[in-house]
Amino acid sequence: MIGLGRWGRRALIGLPFLWLAVFFLLPLLFVAAISFAESADSIPPFKPLVSATAAGLQSNATLANYRELAQGCLCAYANSLGNAALATLLCLVIGYPIALAIARAPGVWRHLLMFMVMLPFWTSFLIRVYAWIALLQPSGLINRLLIASGLIGAPLPLLYNGFSVELGLVYSYLPFMILPLYGSLARLDLSLVEAAADLGAPPWRAFLGVVLPLTLPGIAAGALLVFIPAVGEFVIPDLLGGPDTLMIGKLLWQEFFDNVDWPAASAVAMALVAAVVLPLLAAQRLLARTGAA
Amino acid sequence: MALLEIVDISKGFAATAAVDRVSLAVEEGEFFALLGPSGCGKTTLLRLIAGFETPDRGRILIDGVEINAVPPYARPVNMMFQSYALFPHLDVAGNVAFGLKQEGMERRRRAARVAEMLALVQMSDYARRRPHELSGGQKQRVALARALARMPKLLLLDEPLAALDRKLREETRLELKGIQERLGTTFLVVTHDQEEALGMASRVAVMNRGTLVQTGTPADIYERPNSRFVADFVGAVNLFEGEPVIADGASCLAVAGVEQPVPLPAANAPAPVALAVRPEKLLLSRQPPPGLALAARVQSIDYQGGQSTVHLQTPAGRKLRAQLANAAAQGLARGDAVWASWSPDDAVVLTR
Repeated sequence: MIGLGRWGRRALIGLPFLWLAVFFLLPLLFVAAISFAESADSIPPFKPLVSATAAGLQSNATLANYRELAQGCLCAYANSLGNAALATLLCLVIGYPIALAIARAPGVWRHLLMFMVMLPFWTSFLIRVYAWIALLQPSGLINRLLIASGLIGAPLPLLYNGFSVELGLVYSYLPFMILPLYGSLARLDLSLVEAAADLGAPPWRAFLGVVLPLTLPGIAAGALLVFIPAVGEFVIPDLLGGPDTLMIGKLLWQEFFDNVDWPAASAVAMALVAAVVLPLLAAQRLLARTGAA
Repeated sequence: MALLEIVDISKGFAATAAVDRVSLAVEEGEFFALLGPSGCGKTTLLRLIAGFETPDRGRILIDGVEINAVPPYARPVNMMFQSYALFPHLDVAGNVAFGLKQEGMERRRRAARVAEMLALVQMSDYARRRPHELSGGQKQRVALARALARMPKLLLLDEPLAALDRKLREETRLELKGIQERLGTTFLVVTHDQEEALGMASRVAVMNRGTLVQTGTPADIYERPNSRFVADFVGAVNLFEGEPVIADGASCLAVAGVEQPVPLPAANAPAPVALAVRPEKLLLSRQPPPGLALAARVQSIDYQGGQSTVHLQTPAGRKLRAQLANAAAQGLARGDAVWASWSPDDAVVLTR
């Protein structure tokens, strides 16, 4: 910051804030406002919140959209949160050993393995999800292999259900768990693990007592990076889910594009924000607490 | 039976031998120092004893029981790490209690032991502090308390004073010695600092290039080094290398840069290759003393407070150093012509 001066420094910090305000906060406020409007058969498809009448300004704001939401399918929220939570847990359980192995691998291998974790990003997300359809369908590779090996007689229902959605979520978001976990595991001072062993802790106790608590920031970061997008995920449930797998992302799409009900869609979106902000705040508190250590 | 016995142990890393066929015995209650330059294998030897490295050959025994196959967490030794390796997510009391928890010690006894250990290292007021809130000296004390809490038979200390500043280092050295004497625990300390090793230890082993060069009391090591490496590494020394000759019927050393042959203290010394004289054993005088004396000029005087180091040069270009009390150095000035001599008893013959 040397040589920038007071105003230069303010501008440097102010620019990103301005960007966030214009392109993030403002649109969010629009969505919040629309969520209180009444749906209408016009362009845009909602009534203005405030209209001028002979009696003066009149408010058209309504909580009807939220009421409808509360009465209707809370199951979509429960589904989304449940699926996202399970995906986060599975990513953590699968990702932790992978991140640990990469962090402990010798130098050259470490870069190669990290490259392999990132490799899927080089292919379109959509194509990778489509590929799972080919793998999971009744005549797909997995079912054919299982039948050929004699393990099963008839194809398993692997596609268009909760299982395939969960699989898709875990597959797609696993790298987002591995990256921050790897970061905190690579930073972990190995002499701390040795000290734990020296003080009589067998490997599993050294892990629970030292490694796990010291990588909590990585776990929290990874969990957020998986959980937040997974809650609002639309493509995976749409492509891999069945008619009964209702998730918020899908519901939002239906309200916005199929029903052209912007206020209802906005209410769904705002409720989603609320559902995501709470775990975010909890995680941030956790990060602040362990970060002080 | 020795508490720790190391028998013919070797450990190599990628074709280089870090520890090469070392044998060593440490008795119960000893304060034993492994001294050597960095990279001499002393830390590797310590890690072999702690169990963080497995030897390529040889045996490690504690109380006569081989522990080669025993994992680190089951060995009756504890280690104080050079970096201290305090757990950043635990407070001072939590760090000290960590090893006791692994033992499954009951809560009340554990608390009592933690309090006792913190009192021992005078850190009782800091029990609730996190490591990042402590100074270097305080961290060192906590690390010591944590390593001692399990009452190990043998405490390994890896450069315990290296991270402290000079004044603190001297204080801590005395404290460490006091604690060792009070507890009677066997200490095995690794250090590259000869002053530290000589000042703390009851016995010192000097290592070089993975091998043990000399083992003995600090006085043995300093007064009677067995090789040029030890004489040179442990303290400063005036080394006279030369050819053995007979002059005036006595065995002498013909040293390049010294006109007269230097008489050897022991007449029947076996083919000596060098003579070592400590700087504080070198006597300076204005008048030629009886017996052997080297004429030299004062090159510089290095004032060190309590004493001074006088750097000298003979007419033939040979450099000498003398350590004098300040009173003795006061009369000297740069360029003065002096005579340097020593008592024959103060010279050590080195054959390797």
